[in-house]
Amino acid sequence: MTGRAAARGRYLGLVAVSALALLFVCAAAVAIGPADVGLPAVIASVGGHLGLPGLADVPPLADSIVWQLRLPRVLTAAAVGAGLALSGAVMQSVTRNPLADPYLLGLSSGASLGAVCVVILGVAFALPAAAFLGALTALVATLSIARVGGTITPGRAVLSGLAIAQLGAAGTSFVIFWSAKGDSYREILNWLLGSLAGSSWTSVLISGGALVVVGTGIVLAATRLDAFAFGDTAAASLGINVNATRWVLLGAVALLTGAMVAVSGAIGFVGLILPHLVRGLSGPGHRRLLPLTVVFGALFLVVADTLARTVFDPRELPVGIITALIGVPVFIALIKSRRAAAWA
Amino acid sequence: MGVTLDRVSFRINGTAILDDVSAQLPTGSVTGLLGPNGAGKSTLLRLIAGLDTPASGQVELDGAALHSLTRRETARRVALLEQNAAPSVDLAVREVVLLGRIPHRSSLLGGFGGEEDHRVAEESLAMVGGSALAARLWHSLSGGEQQRVQIARALAQRPSLLLLDEPTNHLDVSAQLGLLGQVRELGLTAIMALHDLNLAAAYCDRILLLHRGRLVAAGSPAEVLVPETIAEVYGVACDIVAHPRGGHPVIVFSPAAEEPRPPVEFDGDFRSSGPVEAKNRNPKQNLRRIRRGRPVGRTVRAELEDPDPTKEASA
Repeated sequence: MTGRAAARGRYLGLVAVSALALLFVCAAAVAIGPADVGLPAVIASVGGHLGLPGLADVPPLADSIVWQLRLPRVLTAAAVGAGLALSGAVMQSVTRNPLADPYLLGLSSGASLGAVCVVILGVAFALPAAAFLGALTALVATLSIARVGGTITPGRAVLSGLAIAQLGAAGTSFVIFWSAKGDSYREILNWLLGSLAGSSWTSVLISGGALVVVGTGIVLAATRLDAFAFGDTAAASLGINVNATRWVLLGAVALLTGAMVAVSGAIGFVGLILPHLVRGLSGPGHRRLLPLTVVFGALFLVVADTLARTVFDPRELPVGIITALIGVPVFIALIKSRRAAAWA
Repeated sequence: MGVTLDRVSFRINGTAILDDVSAQLPTGSVTGLLGPNGAGKSTLLRLIAGLDTPASGQVELDGAALHSLTRRETARRVALLEQNAAPSVDLAVREVVLLGRIPHRSSLLGGFGGEEDHRVAEESLAMVGGSALAARLWHSLSGGEQQRVQIARALAQRPSLLLLDEPTNHLDVSAQLGLLGQVRELGLTAIMALHDLNLAAAYCDRILLLHRGRLVAAGSPAEVLVPETIAEVYGVACDIVAHPRGGHPVIVFSPAAEEPRPPVEFDGDFRSSGPVEAKNRNPKQNLRRIRRGRPVGRTVRAELEDPDPTKEASA
């Protein structure tokens, strides 16, 4: 009994500490950058826009850097990180595959194809919509292929996703090879590797809205994911409607991922690694795993994006490079660790 | 009461997997489901668990037709132990047992593993003598321990019916006997698919013998397990003797060879009895050394002649 209370206390402490850390990291990330803006100015500016007094004391330039450039970018990074990590955790459980990530069902390659076409056509403003449509098209294609006799098995879903991903990648390569030149080439590469450079309040609205609406639904439905630990039959024998649960969750994850990809491109490794990392802290139960994954995903991507735009200042790296540079060593450490026993 | 199978049939793509199976299994009885591979044992278990729906006929549980119950209601009454189940993430034993409480959670938010759930889980684990395992990770358990934990998980569902699909697979002899003894002691209505006719004869009140989707015999082990029936269903010859202590039937299989061979007596020396590389040629001495925690002698490569087929067939 006391052991359980202690475990709960430790978990809640972990959530509280990581949430505070997230808040602090976000504030620091807004303060960091080529133009010096102190933390007090950041707080005054943000507070001012939220209706607190003190906005008048902030220089207009600093205020617009904070409110128009950095804050939307940091908030988008947080929402995208949280959304991708949550999607990855759910994907891994639904497919019972430790290698699953949010892009497993061909989503990112569909989004890439849509985005690249739009950039080549010179109508880059439509990029989020095109990426989102591309992701949804890929998802529908994948699930239609995987659906045999009215059921979708995880194995078939993964294989169909692989096929669609290859097709999308081939299409993207073809379009780039055929018609990309100079500037559009760089823009495309930036997007393919994942970047938060263009974030605006619209990005915050898209990614944050998707996270709040879809993410909340996923977290609420999470306890039934526990039932999948021993496979479909076990889940069904515990009273879970396996097919309906899988359809609905895959659809929800796809919406969430599609929204994230639309604003930031296909940022890799966040959705693959964060769930594994957090599972080591929270245990495998989804009621604890998912909320903590959300916080850690946000924390991770805010840090990664801040590094991406500052380390090689004034040049900016696509954040996908940073997430891989941090992510790969962490992943290797996880593979070597004790918790990997289940990955036989 | 108990379980009633009423003319149950099941087809996959037009092929009959189960054909017109009827049986009445009283509350508290332990039933063995026997039959060769592909006879329809697992399918029948899935139908009784409510995982699949019969093409015709119905399964009744304590007087209620299974198809009239929701999934969750069924999961509160019937627990299923699958063959060779393994989790995809490394769960602790306590977490595995708690899975059994899922059908009892309220459906959306769920009473998130409240006191009641933990109490039931601890009780269930204690009932299979597994309290000491609670904090262990699944992958660190032996096969016998894993099966016991699965039974505890099933008990946490608080079922009135326990279904087991080949529960003794891959277990050593003592774990097999321990597990089946455990199932009997629970006093629940239980139905288990088994391959080992002798285990079924020793631990089951009733036997259902399936062959190509049809029920060929039902009754007590002594009624069902007779040489003619076994020869017809499994295609092997056997003799039935009474167990020297329990009195239940013991099936002694005869080798498939037409000419019976004279029995070969084991002389305690591996040199004459098959290809082995043994640590020491004297098994008694080895056992003594193992009991005392000492290493077992030097490696001896025994030269072999004429492996003896009668040994394998009667094993």
